[in-house]
Amino acid sequence: MNALLAFIKKEFLHIFRDPRSLLIIVGMPIVQIILFGFAITNEITEAHIAVVDPSRDEHTTALTRKILSGKYFILDEYLPSEKQLEQSFLKGKIKVGLVFEPGFSQKLERGEHPQIQIVTDATDPNTATTLYNYIRAITADYALALHPSKATPGGIDIRTRMLYNAQLKGVYFFVPGLITIILMLISAMMSSISLTREKEKGTMEILLVSPLKPVMVIIGKVIPYVFLSLLNGTVILLLGVYVFHVPIRGDLVLLFGEIILFIITSLSLGILISTKVETQQVALLISLMALMLPTIILSGFIFPIENMPLPLQMISNAIPAKWFIIIIKNIMLKGVGMAYIWKQTLVLTGMALFFIVASVKNYKTRLE
Amino acid sequence: MKNSIIQIEQLSKSFGEVRALDNINLSVREGEIFGLIGPDGAGKTTLIRILTTLLLPDTGKATVTGRDVVRDYKEIRKLVGYMPGVFSLYEDLTIAENLKFFATIFQTTIKENYHLIKDIYQQIEPFKDRRAGQLSGGMKQKLALSCALIHKPEVLFLDEPTTGIDAVSRVELWDMLKKLKRMGLTIFVSTPYMNEASMCDRVAFIQKGEILEVDSPEGIVASYEEPIYAVEGGRFYQLIHALRALEMVKAAHLFGETIHVTTYRRIAPEELARAIKEREGMDISVREIEANIEDCFISKLHQIIH
Repeated sequence: MNALLAFIKKEFLHIFRDPRSLLIIVGMPIVQIILFGFAITNEITEAHIAVVDPSRDEHTTALTRKILSGKYFILDEYLPSEKQLEQSFLKGKIKVGLVFEPGFSQKLERGEHPQIQIVTDATDPNTATTLYNYIRAITADYALALHPSKATPGGIDIRTRMLYNAQLKGVYFFVPGLITIILMLISAMMSSISLTREKEKGTMEILLVSPLKPVMVIIGKVIPYVFLSLLNGTVILLLGVYVFHVPIRGDLVLLFGEIILFIITSLSLGILISTKVETQQVALLISLMALMLPTIILSGFIFPIENMPLPLQMISNAIPAKWFIIIIKNIMLKGVGMAYIWKQTLVLTGMALFFIVASVKNYKTRLE
Repeated sequence: MKNSIIQIEQLSKSFGEVRALDNINLSVREGEIFGLIGPDGAGKTTLIRILTTLLLPDTGKATVTGRDVVRDYKEIRKLVGYMPGVFSLYEDLTIAENLKFFATIFQTTIKENYHLIKDIYQQIEPFKDRRAGQLSGGMKQKLALSCALIHKPEVLFLDEPTTGIDAVSRVELWDMLKKLKRMGLTIFVSTPYMNEASMCDRVAFIQKGEILEVDSPEGIVASYEEPIYAVEGGRFYQLIHALRALEMVKAAHLFGETIHVTTYRRIAPEELARAIKEREGMDISVREIEANIEDCFISKLHQIIH
């Protein structure tokens, strides 16, 4: 027991005596989440728009005002005719053009259907579609306000409710995924490097010729990094809540419990990697490169697992991140308790135990 | 004769095609300083790593304190102290932290065995808050030795402890080993420096994985029979070639400020001086000397090669 405590203390000393690595370990996740959080988003705000409105009557000005009033569109300029639109697109000044038919209000008053043309820059299809949908929705809203009775042709009334993320915010989806990916990669990287460093520096040689048991070395390596990763997780969580306004609807204690479980799983995976390799470089390469792709692609972080071919779906079950993403989304966004996530928790616990046992089995008690 | 504490029988170890150890037989007695002497790549480190249970032998058997290095490796690890050839302590930990760490993982305390390391540790204690990475070679060595001793091992294995440290530290180290020996420790030490053989109680000379000779330094010198002469004067380079060209000369080696020459038959020193005078016109002084241990090893090496 004393030996284990001494080992843990030694690990902490390594961590604190290397401020540069500490800065990278704590700083990297912050930079990553801010970059990802702001860059990976399918929401569009402040798209520049040009309006062609020959009549400038009551309804066109009202509708234009309504469109511009939100945060989605910024008026670039009013253009005299449709022909000038292309110039603006080519210059990259606008993302969307809005063209009203002449005599818009008169037609509307007469009960006819005046036309609005929406022109978008479809070099980026996603943005184009999203902008189109925004304008369509605002216009429909406006039309509904004018003639409440005429809104539902055919008598079927579709009302949509988007649960847990009513505003369809991208960050709700990305922040839990990012916490997962970052914790996984950083934890696996730290622990795998830390053990291979002992091999590289030759200190492993002395540790081996000592009564220290393999399981002691492994636990001694994992525990200090649990604290460090927990610090990382907390920072990311705080950024998620205060910068990206992602809610934590579930129990904080449960959330942190699950985070610790996931950290231990990732750290022991890192240790398992390092029992197999000899140098820090290889350990880094495997824990970053080899873990990164499967974790990002197969965890459900970006691509829904349900849409994958069956073999990939089966492989995804072996990815710890897949299970944790389900857990963390459930706790943060749905606010559910253990009753809804015990299965995933059990899977993660099993994985952590497997990695630790495999590490102890694989731990070389000799130099070769 | 005292009991043997290390017993090695027909031990062999290969790394791929390279035969690092070839049928080694050795016996180390309790309480002696045993020197393993040989050039780089002779197999010294491999042998020490097998004895410290870090490597498995291919064939053969070795026991340390009566325990088998393969089967009883866990027990051996509690009983031996090991100082690897390269400095292998935590460079970002201070002297005191390193020592305390190793004391604790060996389930002991610095206080308990302080008497063992006192002489060595006192020399570096004033710098105990300095990180190990910032120490000089000699100080690192003292710290490594302290850490290897702190759990009061029965056998101490030192792999080339004098490589890469200055002459003063080297002398100090051998003094310390002698003191440790007086406390009852058995010391197994390897070195590439042949002149350090005389510091040991017994030495084994190892070359290309084979043990050439095992004896006390005195025994080795006493069994040496070839006539040997010390030659001085002239320019070394020219002289050594001139000597080697002579028919009567078996071998000539630079030895500090002099050249040691062995001949096929006993000659008068003047005979050699005259031969050089005639050939090269150089004035040299020649006197017959007692062979030292290095001469013995060099001659041994020669017998193997030729």
